[in-house]
Amino acid sequence: MEDIKTIIVNRSAYANNDLEADLLRDYLFDHRTFLINVMSSPGAGKTTTLIKLINALKDTFKIGVMEADIDSDVDAINVAKETGVKSIQLHTSGMCHLDAGMTKTGLDEIGANDLDLVFLENVGNLVCPAEFDTGATMDMVILSIPEGDDKPLKYPLIFQKCDLVLINKIDTKQYFDFDFDKCNEMIHYRNPNATVINISALTGENINLVKDYLVKRIREWR
Amino acid sequence: MHELGIVVEVVKQVEELAKHNNVDKVIELTIEVGEVSGVIKEYFEDAFKWFIKKSEYMKECKLVYVPIQGISYCEDCKNTYPTTKYGKECPKCHSPHTYLVSGQEVLIKDIKVQNKEN
Repeated sequence: MEDIKTIIVNRSAYANNDLEADLLRDYLFDHRTFLINVMSSPGAGKTTTLIKLINALKDTFKIGVMEADIDSDVDAINVAKETGVKSIQLHTSGMCHLDAGMTKTGLDEIGANDLDLVFLENVGNLVCPAEFDTGATMDMVILSIPEGDDKPLKYPLIFQKCDLVLINKIDTKQYFDFDFDKCNEMIHYRNPNATVINISALTGENINLVKDYLVKRIREWR
Repeated sequence: MHELGIVVEVVKQVEELAKHNNVDKVIELTIEVGEVSGVIKEYFEDAFKWFIKKSEYMKECKLVYVPIQGISYCEDCKNTYPTTKYGKECPKCHSPHTYLVSGQEVLIKDIKVQNKEN
């Protein structure tokens, strides 16, 4: 004889991760470590932007970088070489995003307790990273001119949940029909509180504006 | 692609429940998935079929996938409307002041478990 019964669960699939993410944010606050989750499509310029930003900020804060990729460690090696700050590579083993658990493992490995600011370079993808809360203090999205101004319309969630949007590669704007006003309008339609800054990571244009924004934000938080 | 991540999370939670409730196996799982959650049913089912082979309690678990319609609410005219058809703008008064009330969730609804009689 077998006995079958139903157990009512009614629990979100994200419940565990959301809880872990909130605990991680508390932990980061207790240790005064500001964690920025950096998201974009592949090739939007996450690594180049981070190198420029870290070099602008490294005299003010003690910084670390966690590079997440499905495989390889080229980003971690590059960032360490170009900035001199501590950098580690996280492999997601085929997964298209990082969750709060993986982020915590990375923070332990990099020794985040002694750092003021950690950048988490998420997997290059505009869909999956938006679904899983990493526990970061702040979310930043980089969109580059060649990708087109319609991305906030096509990938609403990632623009909806971020604090800062960097529009990168403005040095190439003469070659593309990127409409800045339209793009801004669409970002604010989804997310009225988002700050948008146009930059060129290659030439370093407006990196100082991003630096000022981050310094202010981190000082207010601390 | 991120269906796999969600499947891993769902299976982890169900396995914990099965262990906690001291059951022999989980024979059925019902999940409710919103149509604007970004989850594609076929991908989810494939990932599920593959991943439960590695589980302890769910090796023979049947998946019942219940789609949930995306519904938005308009703050100006107080009406609701189907999100995937009209998007962010209210079809009645054309206001952009709308928000999603359902359709983004991935919810573990219930599980059917089996125990051998002692």
